[in-house]
Parts: sequence; C-alpha cells; structure tokens
Amino acid sequence: MPEQDRQDLSVIGQPLVKVDAAAKVTGQTVFADDLVLPRMAFARLLRSPHPHARIRSVDASRAAALPGVLATLVGSELPIPFGILPVSQDEHALALDKVRFVGDPVAAVAAIDEETAEAALGLIQVDYEVLPAIMSIEDALGREDVRIHDYGPHGNVHKEVAFDFGDVEAGFAEADHVREDTFFFEGNTHLPLEQHAAVAAHGPDGKLTLWSSTQTPHYVHRALAKVLEMPPAHIRVIACPNGGGFGGKSDPFSHEIVVAKLSMKTGRPVKVTLTREEVFYCHRGRHPVKMWIRTGLKRDGRITAMHFRTALDGGAYGSYGVASLYYTGALQTVTYGVPRYKFEGVRVFTNKPPCGPKRGHGTPQPRFALECHIDKFCADLALDPARWRMENTVAPGTITANQMQVRTIGLGECLQRVLDKSGYGDKHGRRPGGRGIGIAGSAYISGAGLPIYWNAMPHSGVQIKIDRGGGVTVFCGSTDIGQGSDSVLAYVVAEELGIEPRDIRVVTADTDLTPVDLGSYSSRVTLMTGNAAIEAARKLRTLVLGAAAQKLGVPVERLRAAGGRLWDSADPSRGLAFAEAAVLAEAAHGTLGAVGSYTPPRSVAKWKGAGVGPTPTYSYSAAAVEVSVDRETGIIRVDKVWIAHDVGRSINPLLVIGQVEGSVYMALGEALMEEQAFRKGRHKIPSLLEYKSPTTLEMPPVDTILVETLDPQGPYGAKECGQGPLLPVIPALASAVHDAVGVWIDEVPITPEKVLAALDQRYRRPQMPAVRYPETVRVAPLEAAAPATASGADPALRR
Amino acid sequence: MDRIRLRLRVNGEERECLAPVHHTLLEVLREELGLTGTKHGCELGECGTCTVLVDGRPILSCVALPVECEGREITTVEGLAGATLHPLQEAFAELGAAQCGYCTPGFLLTAAALLAEKPAATRPEIAEATAGNLCRCTGYLKIFEAIELAAERTRNA
Repeated sequence: MPEQDRQDLSVIGQPLVKVDAAAKVTGQTVFADDLVLPRMAFARLLRSPHPHARIRSVDASRAAALPGVLATLVGSELPIPFGILPVSQDEHALALDKVRFVGDPVAAVAAIDEETAEAALGLIQVDYEVLPAIMSIEDALGREDVRIHDYGPHGNVHKEVAFDFGDVEAGFAEADHVREDTFFFEGNTHLPLEQHAAVAAHGPDGKLTLWSSTQTPHYVHRALAKVLEMPPAHIRVIACPNGGGFGGKSDPFSHEIVVAKLSMKTGRPVKVTLTREEVFYCHRGRHPVKMWIRTGLKRDGRITAMHFRTALDGGAYGSYGVASLYYTGALQTVTYGVPRYKFEGVRVFTNKPPCGPKRGHGTPQPRFALECHIDKFCADLALDPARWRMENTVAPGTITANQMQVRTIGLGECLQRVLDKSGYGDKHGRRPGGRGIGIAGSAYISGAGLPIYWNAMPHSGVQIKIDRGGGVTVFCGSTDIGQGSDSVLAYVVAEELGIEPRDIRVVTADTDLTPVDLGSYSSRVTLMTGNAAIEAARKLRTLVLGAAAQKLGVPVERLRAAGGRLWDSADPSRGLAFAEAAVLAEAAHGTLGAVGSYTPPRSVAKWKGAGVGPTPTYSYSAAAVEVSVDRETGIIRVDKVWIAHDVGRSINPLLVIGQVEGSVYMALGEALMEEQAFRKGRHKIPSLLEYKSPTTLEMPPVDTILVETLDPQGPYGAKECGQGPLLPVIPALASAVHDAVGVWIDEVPITPEKVLAALDQRYRRPQMPAVRYPETVRVAPLEAAAPATASGADPALRR
Repeated sequence: MDRIRLRLRVNGEERECLAPVHHTLLEVLREELGLTGTKHGCELGECGTCTVLVDGRPILSCVALPVECEGREITTVEGLAGATLHPLQEAFAELGAAQCGYCTPGFLLTAAALLAEKPAATRPEIAEATAGNLCRCTGYLKIFEAIELAAERTRNA
C-alpha cells in the first residue's frame, strides 16, 4: 500500500498534546531573554535617527570611559557584509559609512547592566551628513540622483525581472474579453510578542556559543562564521524556542553578530534584548506591493492569457527580497488554469526598515489582487464567481505555463466545502442591510524546492538514538516557533517505532548537536523533517523488530508495534516491551542509532528564476468571509469565517486547526487594520498600542474544515498548514465588503476611511507607478527546454 | 545605582531583595527573583503579556511599582500549579491554546482572576476580560475554548 494511504496509524492523526505543552503552560519554557549566565553583561545598540545619511565619523571614546562600560563596538570592527541571500550581501553588523533607515545600527556598547549600556549610547558621537530620503516606490524609481545602494541594475532598483511563458499577445488577441485592474497591498509586520533576544558566550577555548530567538539557526551560523572570520566548527548556534516568528526572525540580525563580537572583546557572556520599538524597526515584514493585472477570457470564462506586474517597496536592504519578488509572480498559475502567462516585477530600495518574509512570503499580495480581479471579470461576463472558481481549478498533475508542478490538489473540494457550509449561494448578492459574503481560493508551497545557498546536501536531517531503557532521543536542526515542529518529530518517530510520544526526548535547533535543518520558513518543516524522521526511524524499526521476531520465533512481517509493545499479529498475547526488544537489538547490532535525510524532488522548471515557486507539493485553501458594514461609519465587522484547507493529511488535527485559525486571525489583521506606516522617515506607530492588531473582541467565530488529499510527497501524505490558510481570507473579505455595500476597495488594509470615501465616490484607486521593466525573457516551453542541470540553488539566487 | 530593599510575598513565599529603585515589578520578578515565567512584550502596558495577580486581581507588572505591592499577595505563573497543573493549565495544554507559549502566562492569570469572580463566565465575558492580552499565534479561539473547559471542569469538580 502506498505510504500516504496507510490506515494502520496509531499516533499520526490523533489530537495529541504537544510535547512541550506542560513547559509552556507553566512558564518553564526558556526563551532567549530568560537566559542568565554567570558574569553576563548587557548590550545596547545605537541606531540611526536619520532615514538616509552618510557617516562622517563615529567616536565612542566617551562611552568607553563611562564607569561600568566593558566594551564599545563600531562598524569598522566588523567590516564584512552579510545577508540571508548570497545575491544580497548588503548589510553590516554596524553601519560602515552610511545609514539607510531610521533604526539602522551604528554602534554598540556592552556594560555591567542595561541602564549603563543605555546611558553610554548617549555618549557616542556620530557625525552624520543627512541625505535625501527615498520613502516610496515612486520616489525610488524617479530619483536616480539619490542612490541608496551602489549595486542593482540602475537607480534604486534592487532586482527586476520579466518573463513570458507562451505567446501572451496571441492569447489576448483570441480573448472575447480583456480586463485590467490595479491593486495595492500595504506593508505590515509580524509583531511576535517575544522581542528578539540573543546571548553570546565566547569561552577561553576560543569557541563561541550564541543562543538566539531565531527561526534559522543554520543561516545565523553561516553569517557569524563569515562576519567574525571564525571557523564554523568553533561556533555553536542554539535557537531558543521562539515566542512567535511568522518570518520575522528568519534573517541573521545585527544584534546577533554584535553580542558575539562583544563577548569576544569582553571575555564575558553578553545579552541583548530588543525593545518593542526596535522590533518594529528590524521588521523584515510584508512588502508593500503595487500590482497590475490584465486577463484575457473567452465568453465562457476560460482564461486565454494573463499578464501580471508587481512593484515592491523593499526597504533599505536586500533581505529575502529577490525571493519575495519572484514569489509575487510564481503561484498565480497553480490554482486556476492560465495557459499563457507573463510576469514583470521590480523590487526597489527605499529608506525604510527592510522588508522580507512574512507568513505567505510574497504571495498574499498577488493572491489578493488575483482573487478580487476574478470577481470583477466574472461580473463583466455575468458569470457566478464561485462556479467560475470550481470550473477552472487546475487538474492534479498539471505542469503550469511557468513550469510549476501541481501534484495533488484539493482546491475544488475546499471551495465546495466552504460554499456548502457558509450558504454562500443563498447569501451572495441577496441580502440588504450592509451584510455581505465573499469567497476566494489560494495555494501555497509545502517547503521551498531549493535551498537559499548553492549546495547539493539534504534540506533536513534527523538522527535518532535508543538507550537501554527504551528511551528514544530525536535530534534535528528544526526550530519550534510555536507551530509544534518538536511535537511533529515525536509523533513521527513514535508512529514508526510503535512507542508513545511521551517516551521520546526531542533535541532541536542546536548546530553542535543536531543535523542541519534549513529552518522554520517556507512552510517546509513538517514535510521535510517528517520525511527525514521516517527514514531514520525505519532503519531502527528494522533492527528492533528483527530482534523481537527472532526472540518470539515469528516472521518479522507478522509483528505489530504500538504503544510501547511489539506483538505477533497472529497471536497478540505473544509479545514483548519495546525496551526489551531494544536491548536485544543492541546486543545483536551494537549501539542503536540511525540517521535520515530529505531532499526535495528536482523541479521540472529550468528557467533562470524558477528556483522560487517549486515545492514538493502545494497546499490549497478556500475561505468564505461574512461581514456587516456600517454605511455611516465605514466600520466592518467580520461575522464569521469558513475556511477549508487541503493539508494532505493531518499529522495532528489539533495543531493543524491551530495553524489554520492563527492564519485566519493574522489575515484579518492585515485585511482590516495592520499597516507599517511612515512619516518623515520614521515609523508612525512603533508600539503595540498604536499599531492596531485584532484583539479578542475583533475575532469572529471560525469554522475550520480540513481536507485530506494524501499527497505521495508528504510524510503519511501531509502538506503544510502554517501559512497557506492566510491567503484566501483577505480577498474573500474584500469581496464580502463589495457584496455588502457595493464598493470595491482595491487595497489593504480596508479601513473605515476608505469604505466611506468609496461610498461617497471619493475613493482614489491605486495607481501603478511608471516602471521601466527589463527586456522580457521568453521562456521556452518545457519540451524544448535545455536538459536538466545538477540540483542545487537557483542560479538567480547565487552571486 | 540607588537600590531599595523590598519585601514581597510571591506565590506564598516571603521574598526579600535589593532592587534598583526604578525597577518595575516585572523586572524585580524576572531579574531580582529569577521568576522568568512572567514575560514582556512591550514594557509599556500595552500587550498584557506581563500580567500577574496582586491580591487576586490581574495587573500589568511592567507598569507596576514593586513598593506598592509590598504586603500584598503576588501570584505569577509559577504559583499557579501545585503538585498538579491548575485546571486552566490542563485545558490550555490539551486544546492547543498555547502555541509559542509566550503570551500564555498572562492569559492564564487573567483567566484565573476572571473565573474566580465568574465561574460560569460566558464567551463574551471571557473575550471582554482577556481583551487586554494580545496573542499572535492562536486567533484566540483555542484560548476561549480552554477557559470554558477549565471553568466547566472546576464547576463540576
């Protein structure tokens, strides 16, 4: 029986308690800021008050002389650049000659306590030559005279792309109807409740340990080795459990490198904890994106061609931006049939905190645009938007125009289930009194198909050891950011070895102790660590079952294992405990340990830039959102959300529902209120009070429906669930507002002001900036494409 | 740095410490007394993460002065469980109401105060009582369900 169809599972699929739940509800989970080491000193970073300035000089001598100050640090002491992507090594731990956003770190101090360190920052003298600040996409494109970085194709363009997949012009020529729309998605931020913190300890043996609230300890390890010019073997990075990540702790950060260097300078452990205001300025959140979409359709609604343009406000540094840019064009094709597709995109630098990956990374913006656009062209053609979506979902096994490979697809079932449960058909367009309902569908990756840097090694590794008492320890580099990745490892290994998850100890996210897992990003962890854990556990299962079969004198095929016991399926009274079998196996084979690893399947896409978008398998979601809109105030109340998610298979439905509900919540915040807004170069609202996010009083009831497609790529058929369910909620809400009061708000957040303006016919629709896109690369259809090259990182992400 | 001698009753224990005069109750709990179960999200009284109970009422420890808490009963998450978990802790664990777990101590204490006053709190009452506590992971729904489950079990015990 194929793996994904297995029915004989005893742990997988159960609503079990997380392995770390008891620690979390008793306050015993040790987050990075909870660490205290003997002789520990405290660091603070001096940050730029200017959005754009040249640094003439930095003088930290008065700070160094303050009693209690142990060390100061300036940019020239850490001159080597870093950045998460090999193509964008454009950050410095402390600014060398320029600052590029308010909050850019310039100098640092370590002192005996935080107060002294803070006081010392005030004694550092920085002589700035203030430069004009670029604060919008339009400014970035228009002011070639002001250059934020000295790299990129021209002006303030960080990266520009243009691809043609098929004869798009011919597609538009054969269309019966062509529609164009422009949309804007404002930036917003992750807002994890835990402020970033890190502790570094450089020992007398010359080795460095860094504990940090990071989602990507492996990439922090690499960045530290590069900037500190230390052998990676002498650096240990431990990711503490994250108090929320959502993508905001996925970059290597200045403060991590700074405390490491300060520990080297002082010979003492050094801690830094960012203030909430600093967290807002570290950002790496959702890119503001302007989008233009043009679609050609036959009268019956079939798409003949689609042309999609994006312009991203990247903020001051590269971060994941090249990948973010490609993501704004990658997944339009994997939901509904698009036979010919053209994508043009540009990411510009501005003097704002750098943007990066936030839940859905680069895809919620175009998904918002695409789904609203679908409703609009359906209205043009008098088609039912729900039926249009059902009729146009792509078939399983499709290779799309841009060469993305769809495997299983539960989009149709997701749409059908939310339509049925929400009563959309009886409600849409039929109710007076400011009530409305909208739907949308979406797709997301279950892990990026390629790593961030060029290498041919696995994306995820798992190591397992069994001790003589039957205890099992699982080692893996993955980082639990609250999603439950430690628990998933325990469930998978427990299932394979026939033991209880509580008999498993999980050791994760420690570069000295655990095999590499690339990190908690791109919704990759369950699929990749799950597959690696299965491989490792099966090796041990073979040894343990073999020893038990020999002892019981029965063929190994007849043995069953579950709940810590192995038995003869023909005579269940004959069996032995797992611990006993483990001892027999160790006697027969020696010390019991095994490793497993996982590398995603090679993508069929061969064009340069096709490293972003491929995945072992796509997850699918659909949402219906019901709202009430007050015509007098413009206030939108969300009455209910129905959401269906194709999770492949639920490893633990309790945790899957938690991810889905959390995604719905975060989507509602983005749709209705959250925005990273700036005034005179500064963040307008860098506090938890003023940056509005939904509270308990705004959260509507959510009806979550899990759809299982049992994908052959996933462990037991599982796909991702942590990011995808965010995607359909935002456009479904926009559609519901339109249904309620008859106006389209073509941007998020959809605030009361915009609704009122639209009702008064004062709403100014978003405009696309004048972008000079590069010459279009015509991508040959797959049959004619060049033969496959070696696997590894996408050349577009390599320097 | 000027320090002040504090005598605090925390989780039923008499604790004495010498703390910088400007330290908030949050800082005294975490730094002077080593009770790191109480977390912080803003240190400005905006997110509810640092909630502790003083004489049974939830307060924001990041904007509370420790001298004002002398002679009063302070309860942190470390004081919630006895030999076994508190019903709220059980329910939060069982229903997945703690994802990253960072806001969890604050929610637990706010909920404990609510249920002490209203053992049969309704969903709107629970939402109202916890409206000052932010959670970015769960969408609050599992938290509501866990508080309801704990309330039900406590009533039936």
